[in-house]
Amino acid sequence: MKYLLLIHSGPDVWARYESLGEEGQKQLLGEYFALEDEPGVLGSNQLHPADTATTVRVEDGQTLTTDGPFIEMKEALGGYYLYEADDLDAAIALAARIPAARMGGAIEVRPVVEHGR
Amino acid sequence: MLASLVGFLGDFDLAEEAAQDAFAAAAERWPRDGTPANPGAWLVTTARNRAIDRIRRDRTLAAKTRLLETTEAVEDEMDETSFRDERLELIFTCCHPALALDAQIALTLRALGGLSTDEIGRAFLVPGETMKRRLSRAKRKIRDAGIPFAVPPEHLLPERLAAVLAVVYLIFNEGYGGRGELTAEAMRLGDALAELMPDEPEVHGLQALMLLVDARRDARFENGELILLADQDSSRWDAAEIARGGEALDRALALHGRGVYVIQAAIASLHTEDPRDWAQIAALYGELLRLTGSSVVELNLGIAVAEADGTEAGLAIVDRLDLDGFQYFHSTRADLLRRLGRVHEAHGEYERALELAHTEAERHFLERRLAEVSG
Repeated sequence: MKYLLLIHSGPDVWARYESLGEEGQKQLLGEYFALEDEPGVLGSNQLHPADTATTVRVEDGQTLTTDGPFIEMKEALGGYYLYEADDLDAAIALAARIPAARMGGAIEVRPVVEHGR
Repeated sequence: MLASLVGFLGDFDLAEEAAQDAFAAAAERWPRDGTPANPGAWLVTTARNRAIDRIRRDRTLAAKTRLLETTEAVEDEMDETSFRDERLELIFTCCHPALALDAQIALTLRALGGLSTDEIGRAFLVPGETMKRRLSRAKRKIRDAGIPFAVPPEHLLPERLAAVLAVVYLIFNEGYGGRGELTAEAMRLGDALAELMPDEPEVHGLQALMLLVDARRDARFENGELILLADQDSSRWDAAEIARGGEALDRALALHGRGVYVIQAAIASLHTEDPRDWAQIAALYGELLRLTGSSVVELNLGIAVAEADGTEAGLAIVDRLDLDGFQYFHSTRADLLRRLGRVHEAHGEYERALELAHTEAERHFLERRLAEVSG
């Protein structure tokens, strides 16, 4: 089964990250990259902060774009991992290793719908 | 049987349909062909075959294709004469932390207790339709999010087992106010767990606790009046349950159990003795407090200390608790103050407790006490 691990990390997580200093920050990034190399991880990316987001909707054939993320949440989306795992427990175990989870953020684990195309 | 089908198919609804198919086939075939040597195995094998047929006919979901690969592999090893009891896997699945607590409770009652959705709804004062939706949502989540059908691995077992025991105890407590079918169900689950996980002390601890508490059910009320533990007619206690509870507690202690359920069971067991060893009871509440940090436990500690070391000592503990708005805090304070002759303050606390009381029996009891300190 495939799971999308969505990293919700608001200003608290950023503040903690900044307070780590250069060495600490390098180490933390190393953790993120190491997770990318875990068997089963199909892809991952850090996203630019929420204020760089643009939200797109189509109403009556008109494309409407608004500045900012879809939800004005403090806990905006900071990144993701796409993970192939046997079951939810395996996905939860990986999610728990994502640094943001222990720094005040939260990881949403969402199963991916597989269209056999 | 449902347990092994859910395990095999990974899908509750499919398992239930398959089970029904098998029973229908049995009702048709057995009178004609004779009852098979191993009826249980026949039913499970038939159910699995029916389910496989259904899956093959339904080609739309990729998830089911994955299931097919599993089923084809397993067909080779299917043993006609036995099937594994997978109730343990089932209960851990039902109590998975990814499910909401009310869903865990409903699923456990449905899948392990075999209660109908209407019965569960009535037990929790929720319309049958609502309960049906709650169960459907939970089953869908199990399927779509890939909640595993397994006993958790060693490193997860302690917290997962704690979750299972909590659900069972919750069901027991829900029924304690009078819905006997729930307490009976919880105790049956407790028995099943003790059978399936005989080496876990907390499992025996919970079983002991439920037996010892349930044993007092006929002594708690007399003519609709609430009778305090200290005043209960012990001849109305269920002696058989007390004996069984004692045995379960012994098993737990032999396994070096010292967790929250074992301690509570030990306390309940001490309450069956006359005279009571209040010093021991207080010591156990102290241990429980260290494990849980719970103010309610500390309240109980205060009550025990009042008996063991004097009312002043007990009140000192109760006074420093932040439990304003908790009925039993006020009724306890009231009682201790009354015993110290501080009737004016006791009066105030009894009034507060009365405001918060939620059963007729409790109200009557508090009104009588209030009258005593008003005269």
